[in-house]
Amino acid sequence: MCMKVEFTHIQSAHCENGVTTNLLKQAGVHQMTEPLAFGIGSGLFYIQIPFLKINNGPAIAFRNMPGAIFKRTCQELNIPVIRKKFSSPQKAQAFLEEQLLTYRRAVGCQVGVYYLPYFPKEYRFHFNAHNIIVYGKEADTYFVSDPVMETVTTLSAYDLQRVRFAKGALAPKGQIYFPKGNVVISSEQMKKAIKKGIKKNAFYMLKLPGNIAGVRGIKRTANQIKTWKDTLGLHTAGLYLAQLVRMQEEIGTGGGGFRFIYAAFLQEAHAYLKNDSLLSISESFTQSGDIWRKAAAHAAGIYKGRLSAQADFNLMADYLHQISEIEKEAFTALSKLNPSF
Amino acid sequence: MKQTEIPQDDSKLKNFTKEVCYVVDDKGAYTTQLSTGWEVKALALQTTWDEVQQRAEAAKQEALQGKTSPLKFFLEIKLMDLPTLAAYTGFWQWQIKRHFNPSVFNRLSEKKMQKYASVFEVSMDQLKKMNVHES
Repeated sequence: MCMKVEFTHIQSAHCENGVTTNLLKQAGVHQMTEPLAFGIGSGLFYIQIPFLKINNGPAIAFRNMPGAIFKRTCQELNIPVIRKKFSSPQKAQAFLEEQLLTYRRAVGCQVGVYYLPYFPKEYRFHFNAHNIIVYGKEADTYFVSDPVMETVTTLSAYDLQRVRFAKGALAPKGQIYFPKGNVVISSEQMKKAIKKGIKKNAFYMLKLPGNIAGVRGIKRTANQIKTWKDTLGLHTAGLYLAQLVRMQEEIGTGGGGFRFIYAAFLQEAHAYLKNDSLLSISESFTQSGDIWRKAAAHAAGIYKGRLSAQADFNLMADYLHQISEIEKEAFTALSKLNPSF
Repeated sequence: MKQTEIPQDDSKLKNFTKEVCYVVDDKGAYTTQLSTGWEVKALALQTTWDEVQQRAEAAKQEALQGKTSPLKFFLEIKLMDLPTLAAYTGFWQWQIKRHFNPSVFNRLSEKKMQKYASVFEVSMDQLKKMNVHES
């Protein structure tokens, strides 16, 4: 038996943005784009989690918690959501099939990438917060839309179960999520959601207590980088920087750690809100993304072994300080736009 | 990043996919474009994998010298940490730590040994001899 839900695959830079965009489009929110999903979901972030090591390097993220973009975007647009975790793979599969066959809807699934057969081996770490859409089934094969891939793909029932029940940190536990029904979103509602998304994102980047997250988090990392050569030795310091770059990048943020997507969001926000400040603030994020890229290229000199002086680490820290300042100013400007715009 | 600056370097994504990037066109408006990869990122990934290989080789040598069991080697090549291995095998972390001891490891029941072998996707023989070639 072959069953496919009507579904259009649109490739995106980042998996959760893509799943959110494509699921919402399917549910009737035709205006949704990747930058809008990212911005309304207040996706831009920075955090270096203290004491935690991932793959023997620092735990750094450039976006908010996995699952948060979908959750917040739906929340701001008042779209009811169904989200379920499962204790047994059998129940998880039965629920998925019910959605596909009975309700004829495509659904989002959280999966681990380690056992994802269509990913290049070099990208397969034990990272459990990848997102895909399952939109059909034929015999033992599921039709899958992975937003970071150019085209749709498939997974066998065995492989799908394996990635849905990947284990370790952030284990997906078969997690499945989708908008509950069809909705129509007016442009008034979009405006409101965009404003709220901007406001929240400014809060997360500027106002979280402590210095591990947001613009102060970037400064904290910068200050640590200056000490890495002495405290870790050149080899490990290089590995740490490679990890920073990998987190900045992984697949498809263009090296700017999501800053370019946010800049694109502000341009799209301008089309709704007609406030010209948004355009100039958008340029600030482009600038910040460009410095992130410059910093990454510089870091590559260190982990390649071409650069090794303390001055090179200091320059790296300087880049991050600049970024922190630019983003602080940009988000402060954004938070001040409220409530007048 | 300007549309004209988008890198089209060689990367491990070759033959799998290209990635979408957000870039600024000549009028200053954002648009998307596909990229085959960026050298800086490819190198970061390569650096990480080289390190994995080195750690695995070191773990293998230790195991051959009888300082530790083969488990550490597999932990490295499978990119796992203790909590992840514990979750996949169903063993407690303290049990796994005990199994790092070669004399404890060599006396493991066939059932437990098989559990490790299947999680690491090798035969029991390969598990003991560590003769796997990661392709």
